[in-house]
Amino acid sequence: MGKVVITADMCKSCRYCLTACKKDVIALASKSNRFGYKPVEVVNPDACIGCGMCAIMCPEAAIEVYKD
Amino acid sequence: MKTVYKKPECIGNKKPNSYCPGCMHSIVVRLVAEVLEELNVVNSSVMFAGVGCDGNGAFGYLDIDTVISPHGRALAVASAYKRCNPENVVFTYQGDGDLIAIGCAETMHAANRGENVTVIFVNNAQYGMTGGQMAPTTLAGMKTTTTPYGRDPKADGAPMHVCEILDTLDNPTFLARGTCTDPKNIIQTKKYIKQAFQNQLEGKGFSLGEIVSACPSNWGLSPLKSIDFINEKMLPEYPLGIVRDR
Repeated sequence: MGKVVITADMCKSCRYCLTACKKDVIALASKSNRFGYKPVEVVNPDACIGCGMCAIMCPEAAIEVYKD
Repeated sequence: MKTVYKKPECIGNKKPNSYCPGCMHSIVVRLVAEVLEELNVVNSSVMFAGVGCDGNGAFGYLDIDTVISPHGRALAVASAYKRCNPENVVFTYQGDGDLIAIGCAETMHAANRGENVTVIFVNNAQYGMTGGQMAPTTLAGMKTTTTPYGRDPKADGAPMHVCEILDTLDNPTFLARGTCTDPKNIIQTKKYIKQAFQNQLEGKGFSLGEIVSACPSNWGLSPLKSIDFINEKMLPEYPLGIVRDR
């Protein structure tokens, strides 16, 4: 099982990570971060397999992925 | 817990990322940082950035020694530095307007001399920082601010393929083209960048990694649609893969 940690203030809402995640672990938040972008947030943590594809795709290096 | 992915330590310490949302420059800078850390050469490497989004955004964000050279002259400055300090890892980070338009002569001659430097070339098919003007790599029919009816190959020239042009020279060692549209291509692009740096460490000579990249702001597309644009329009013109590996 994996764990995704997102630094919300670094996210620019480009949604590249959403195309990379095949398990729908992450989704756009409804609340903006302090720069006015709607960051991604973890909505389905139990589905994460820790593949790290979202982090590889993230231009801002805002995502960290850990695995058991 | 085992770490699958963590931000490289040499980016984002002094300055936040100033690229637009969806800009693939930031992916390329991150890949360069990862490669430098994997090769353990962060402290001995020097970046020579061109003028444009490449230098503007990477300067300070990538936390290593950086020289901003005159427009297009990054390879000329890097050649001189590498000859004086051969123990350092020297790479240029240039966009298409910098490398093949204004710096065409410097690029050709540095490649022809086989300078032992690494070139990271980000091709987003127009001048990004100045507002989306036509570059030599702009696709035929592509609308930019200086070609509002689309680029006419008969009047404005056809797109220039840097890897293929440099492949006609004798001395370049490694020429490859990648992109950052999905994780598979990003992993492949990272391998190209790593090989380009390894060639320099082994003293093999001129290595260039071209990355076909998106500019959602100036293309007038959302980041996700710009990925579709790359897949549908850019990649048929700029095929991926290794053009030369010696």
